[in-house]
Amino acid sequence: MTQPVTDLVQPGRGRGIIDVYKHKFLLQLLVRKEIKIRYRGSVLGLLWSYVKPLMQFLIYFVALGVFLDMQRGTPNYAIYLFSGIVLVNFFTESLGNATRSIVDNRDLIRKIYLPRELFPVSTVWVSAAHLLPQVVVLVGACLLTGWSPSIWQLLAVVAAFVLTAILSIGLGLLFGAANVYFRDSENIVDMILMIVTWASPVLYVWPMVQRVMGQWFFLYQLNPVTVAVEVFHWAFWSPTLSPEQSVSISMPPDLLTVWLPSAFGVAALVLVIGQLVFMKLSVHFAQEL
Amino acid sequence: MSVPAGVSDSVAITCRNLRKKFVLRHTRSMKEAIVWLLTGRKGDLSKKFDALKDVSLDVEQGETVALLGLNGSGKSTLLKLISGVLQPDEGTVHTRGRVAGLIEVGAGFHHDLSGRDNVYLNGAILGMTQSQIDAMFDSIVEFSEIGEFIDTEVKFYSSGMYLKLAFSIAVHTDPEVFLIDEILAVGDEPFQRKCITKINELAAAGKTLFVVSHDLDLVASVCKRGVLLEHGQIIMDGEVHAVVKELRRRSEASAA
Repeated sequence: MTQPVTDLVQPGRGRGIIDVYKHKFLLQLLVRKEIKIRYRGSVLGLLWSYVKPLMQFLIYFVALGVFLDMQRGTPNYAIYLFSGIVLVNFFTESLGNATRSIVDNRDLIRKIYLPRELFPVSTVWVSAAHLLPQVVVLVGACLLTGWSPSIWQLLAVVAAFVLTAILSIGLGLLFGAANVYFRDSENIVDMILMIVTWASPVLYVWPMVQRVMGQWFFLYQLNPVTVAVEVFHWAFWSPTLSPEQSVSISMPPDLLTVWLPSAFGVAALVLVIGQLVFMKLSVHFAQEL
Repeated sequence: MSVPAGVSDSVAITCRNLRKKFVLRHTRSMKEAIVWLLTGRKGDLSKKFDALKDVSLDVEQGETVALLGLNGSGKSTLLKLISGVLQPDEGTVHTRGRVAGLIEVGAGFHHDLSGRDNVYLNGAILGMTQSQIDAMFDSIVEFSEIGEFIDTEVKFYSSGMYLKLAFSIAVHTDPEVFLIDEILAVGDEPFQRKCITKINELAAAGKTLFVVSHDLDLVASVCKRGVLLEHGQIIMDGEVHAVVKELRRRSEASAA
């Protein structure tokens, strides 16, 4: 199995995230490992991935939808809320774990050279695996309320997911690398994640923000998570409304023509910055950890 | 950076003027760093020392090299520079072919996974493909003497079993260049003998070996060439027995 004689190379000089693709098999094993050990020794196992979001959903639904009577202003508030929460959950879990991934894998990083981008990228895949059961719960709830999406709406779901994944990897690379030098980075991320839930129309509807922000509303729309949440609403929530309900509550103007492409632009920019910073800092990971 | 001049076509590892500086950082928080910046950078935030100074070394393909020296002489640092875990502050390292190390056996193990899962995970970490691991799997298990325990979680393994499995995976990775750091503390005596036989087989098969160990008699029997490091510099490079003798002389001199 000896390979042919190859050229001289400099060890430890990676090409960034492209190298992750060359280590597909290892990436797959790392993701499988995380999923496997997450529910080790538990009786219900993967079922917890369904129970937890359902519980979170029910709490919000009862407290906000029934007690605070949000249901009156926003029809099918339960679906509205849940479709946003599912996406924000994916983002918070990916980014939170990606930020910790380098420090958590310090034993490996200190001893063996691997493309270090593998670790943040694998955490995003793990979060995607945890997103799936939540989407199943969401689709179940949507179907109960008469959901009939168009093919474009289904494609938009995939686009919003990819958008969020790109953003998470970009920010995860940035904060994961910074976390090696300053553990404060974890706390900064925790704060960002706290803000994200409220900086996107998850619990309220977007016209409330537009009323307040006026001409500065575009700033709100530049946040890729906001756009992804709105796309999820368009795909999951609006097809469950009756025609007269849909008239009273519309989606933000130019959502798919302007804001979705611009969100991809923002996310791609974040990814490029994250990758550049990561490459620069990763050279000294082994000695700083 | 280009390949250094004057290097033969059959070289496996070539190091030129390597220098590695370590920073002993005193601070770990942003607050301290900012306070330090605001107060006019008084005092030094960190202390530095050179782990390696101006190290140049060529290893031909198929050579067996023992890296010798007392603790703190820079042996492990050099090994990490060659494996790519660390990057030099000055100078260059080049390697040819796949480099794999027995550096800290079992670093990629996860306690909650079975032996089988760990073979795949660790094999992939050491650079094996899925088909390579599939092909080697039985041989890995046989060599490790783990037997039926392969499907048990490794946290239930004895420390000997753990190391045997880790070592077994590492010797089956089949790289061109093998970096070995203190392997020989693995397992009981029969297993150690088996390891040494295996390493001699690798050497006979034309693999490049680069060994760090404090067991001088043992490295002298495995390797042909010895390199002696002291305070981050190469002070002797030659036939292994002569180098071992020199190291013994020096350590006795420093003990006296």
